Amino acid sequence: MANHDIDITVRRGTVHALVGENGAGKSTLMKILYGMQKPDEGSIAVDGDRVSFGSPADAIGRGIGMVHQHFMLADNLTVAENVVLGAEKLYGISGRARAKIMELSEAYGLNVRPDLLVEDLGVADRQRVEILKVLYRGARTLILDEPTAVLVPQEVDALFDNLRELKAEGLTVIFISHKLGEVLSVADDITVIRRGTTVASVHPSEVTPKQLAELMVGSELPSPETRESTVTDTVMLDVDGLHLSATDSDGVVRAVLDGVSFGIRKGEVLGIAGVEGNGQAELVEAVMGMRDPDGGRITLDGDDISRASTRKRREDGIGYIPEDRHRHGLLLEAPLWENRILGHVTEEPNSRGGRLDLKAARSDTARIVRDYDVRTPGIEVTAASLSGGNQQKLIVGREMSHHPKLLIAAHPTRGVDVGAQAQIWDQIREARREGLAVLLISADLDELIGLSDTLRVMYRGRLVADADPATITPEELGSAMTGAASGHLEHEDGRDTAQDSDQPGEQRDGGDTR
Amino acid sequence: MKEQPRQQTAVADRPPRKKIDKDKLLLAVAAPVLAIVAALAITSVIFLTTGDDPFRAFSIMVDYGSKSDSQVVIINKAIPYFLSALAVAIGFRMNLFNIGVDGQYRIAAFFAAVVGGALALPGFLQIAVVMIVAMLVGAVWSGIAGLLKTTRGVSEVISTIMLNSIAAAIIGYFLHEGRLAVRDGNLIHTEPIPEAAHFFSIPTQEDPVNGFIVVAVVVGFLYWYLLGRTRFGFDLRTVGRSEEAARASGVGVKRMVVTSMVLSGVVAGLVGMPTLLGESYNYGTDFPTGIGFTGIAIALLGRNNAVGMALGALLWGFLERTGGRLEFEGYAQEIVGVMQGVIVLCVVIAYELVRRYGLKAQQRKVGEQLAAEARTDKAEVSA
Repeated sequence: MANHDIDITVRRGTVHALVGENGAGKSTLMKILYGMQKPDEGSIAVDGDRVSFGSPADAIGRGIGMVHQHFMLADNLTVAENVVLGAEKLYGISGRARAKIMELSEAYGLNVRPDLLVEDLGVADRQRVEILKVLYRGARTLILDEPTAVLVPQEVDALFDNLRELKAEGLTVIFISHKLGEVLSVADDITVIRRGTTVASVHPSEVTPKQLAELMVGSELPSPETRESTVTDTVMLDVDGLHLSATDSDGVVRAVLDGVSFGIRKGEVLGIAGVEGNGQAELVEAVMGMRDPDGGRITLDGDDISRASTRKRREDGIGYIPEDRHRHGLLLEAPLWENRILGHVTEEPNSRGGRLDLKAARSDTARIVRDYDVRTPGIEVTAASLSGGNQQKLIVGREMSHHPKLLIAAHPTRGVDVGAQAQIWDQIREARREGLAVLLISADLDELIGLSDTLRVMYRGRLVADADPATITPEELGSAMTGAASGHLEHEDGRDTAQDSDQPGEQRDGGDTR
Repeated sequence: MKEQPRQQTAVADRPPRKKIDKDKLLLAVAAPVLAIVAALAITSVIFLTTGDDPFRAFSIMVDYGSKSDSQVVIINKAIPYFLSALAVAIGFRMNLFNIGVDGQYRIAAFFAAVVGGALALPGFLQIAVVMIVAMLVGAVWSGIAGLLKTTRGVSEVISTIMLNSIAAAIIGYFLHEGRLAVRDGNLIHTEPIPEAAHFFSIPTQEDPVNGFIVVAVVVGFLYWYLLGRTRFGFDLRTVGRSEEAARASGVGVKRMVVTSMVLSGVVAGLVGMPTLLGESYNYGTDFPTGIGFTGIAIALLGRNNAVGMALGALLWGFLERTGGRLEFEGYAQEIVGVMQGVIVLCVVIAYELVRRYGLKAQQRKVGEQLAAEARTDKAEVSA
C-alpha cells in the first residue's frame, strides 16, 4: 500500500538523500531496507549480492544500520552502556568496548563522552550516541530517518559535518528528509519519492530548491502560506505575566514559564517557535487549565478565566488540538462516537441536562466523518484503528464543531500524511477567516512561518523574541530558538540573523512589545 | 427513515456497517462460549485425575440445581453477590480496584444492625433508616480510601485491604456482650431488628424469595443508566480509560476518584442488607463474610456489565448450591472452589484474547479498506 515501483541505487562513500513529503513512503522504504518490514516484490542488492532481510539483525549483519527518528536510548544508563547494550558479544562490556567507542568517536569526530548519563544529554548529543551505536555494530551503511527534525539549524550544521566525516571514511549514508535546503547542502545524490514511488533521481548541482519541491509534491504545491490578513483589533485571548514553576527530575524547582505575556486578536494566528521542552507544552496546559500557574492572568474574550476549570474553559470556547493526541485527545479503545463526545460532554449535541444524547452524538459523529473527510468504515470502530491523519482530522472536526473562540493547535500536523496535513492547514486558515484566535505551537518552522500572523520565540520558559512571519527565514528563527537572539528579529540580507534588543528590561518581560 | 441518506453518504463505496456489527456480536458471544467450554474441559481433566467421573458430577449438578427449591436458594444467594459485584464494578469502570467491598459491607451491616436494633420506628421508615445508615457507613469507609489516594497518593488496593482488617477489628471489639451485642446461646449478635422492620419476601411454592431482589434490580438498572447514559458516567468511564485524556477533556480526576469510591461504598453498604433485613435480622458472629471478594470474581466474570454480572451471580449461586450436593455424592467439596477459580480465569483470558483479536481484526479491516481506496486513487493519478 505504502510503496510500489521503488528504484534506488546508492553509491558507496556518498550521502544519498531520499526526499519526499510526510507520508510519501520514505520511512516505509527505509524499514524495508532495514529488515523491519518485508517487501511484497522486488529485490535488494548490497555490494552486488542479492539479499533478503528478515529482521534488523540481518540488515546489521550486512552492514546496514539505522538511526531512528525517535531515539531508542535508556536514559538511566551511561553513553557507553547504551552503546554496548545488546551488542555485548562484539567487544565485551568493559575495557575493549570502551576503547572501541573512543576509537570510533575520534575517527568520525563524534566527540562522545562515554561516562555521561544519557538523561543529561541534549538532543544533538543523543543523536550522536545513536550514530555511534550503529557504527559500533559494524555498520558501513547508515540510514538516518529525518535526523534534522529535532535539531535547530546550528546543530544541523554540526550533524552534517559528522556525515561528511563518515563519508570521507568510506561509509555510505542514506539520509531521509523533506527539508530541501538541507538536502541540497549535504547530499551527493538525491532520490525523490512521491506517493510511494520513486519519481526522480537528481544531482544537487543540477536542481534548484524550487524544482526539487515540485518533484516532491507533483504539480500542486500545498503550502501553509496565508497572506491576506484577517487580524482584527479585538483581543480574544490575553495572557499576562504567566508564571509556573515545576520540579524537574533532579528535584530542583525551576520556572518553566516565566513572565509570559501575549495577546491574540480575533482572526489572528499567533505562532510560538521554540526547541521542544522550552515551556510550550506547559504554556498550552496552563491556558487549558490543566496546570495551575503560580501567577499571572488569563483573559478570554474579556472574562478572567485564570481560576476556571478546564471544563469551564472548554465550554467558554477554547478548542484544543493536543500535542500528543493519543494521550490527551482520544480514547483509543473507545468507538469514534465516544471520542466525539470526549471533552465536550456537557455541550450540545452530546448531552441535554445531565443525560447523554447518544443518538445525536452518533449522527453528529457521522457528520464530522463526512465533512472532515475522516477515512473510516464507520463510527463504531475504535479510534486506535484509524491512521494518525484520520485521528487528527476527527479531533479537528470535533473541536471546530463547537465553534470555539480560541483554538489551541499544538503540533497539529505532526505525524500525519500529506493529504491530511493540507486539510488541517485549510481548517486552521478557515478558522482564522471566521474570526477565531489561534495559538499555534509547532516544531515545523515552515508551518509556523506559513500560517502565523505573528511569531514569538520561546526559550527557557520566556518569550524572548518576536518576528514578522512575512520576512523571517527558518534559519533566522532557528537561531533565535537557541536563545542566541532576543527582541524583535529583523530579516537582513547578508548580515547575521538578529538584533539584540536594546532594552534589557523588555527581555525580562518575555520580550513583550505591547 | 431519516437515517438513510446519512448512512449512504457517510459510508459510501464502503462495505455496509452491518457487517462490522455482526462480527461484533459474534465476538461478544465467542468469549463466554470459549470460556465455558475451556472451564468445563479443565474441570473434567481435574475430575479425571482424581479418578472421578466428570459427566456424572455435571449431571448431578444440573439435576440438583434445576430443582425448584434449589432455584430459590440460588436466587437468594445471588442477590448479595450481584450487589457486591456492582460495587466492585463501579471501581473497575474507572480503573480503581476496590478490594475493600468486603470490609465496607460488613462494617455497614454491623452499624445498620445496631441502629435497627435500637430503634422502633414504623416499619417502612425503619427499613429506610437502616438502609441509609448502611449506605452512609459504606460510603465513609470507602471514602477514606478515596481521600487517601487523592491527598496522599496511597494506592486504593493497599488502603482498602487495610481498611478491611480495621473494619473486622472494630466489629470484633463492639460485638461483645455488654458493648453493642447480646448473647444468645453460643452466638453473640446485635439486638434483633423488630419484626415490623423486616423486609418483605416473595412467596413461592418452596421457600420465599428475598424481596431485596427488587432493590438489587433497581440498583443494577441505576448502575447501567448512570454509567452508560449520563454525563457523569461518561466522565467516570473516561477517567477509567485514560486519566490524561480525562484531565485534558475537563474532568476533575481527583474529585472523580473520591466520588466513585464513595459510590462504590454506597452500593457495598447494601450488600449485607438482604441478609440483615430478610434473613438474620441481626449482625452476629455468623454473619456471612467474604462476599466482597466474591463480588470481585463476579465483576470480572460479568465484565462490569449489569446483565453479565447478574448472570455471573446466578452462576456462582448455582455452583455453591450444587457443590454441597456433590459432597453428599462422594466428591470432594473443594472441587467447587476449583471450578469457580477455573471459570474466572478462563473468562478473563478468553475476553482478553477475544478483545485483542477484535481490535486487530478491526485495524486490519480499516487498513485494507483504506489501501483499496488508495489503490483506486493511484490508478486515477497514473491514468
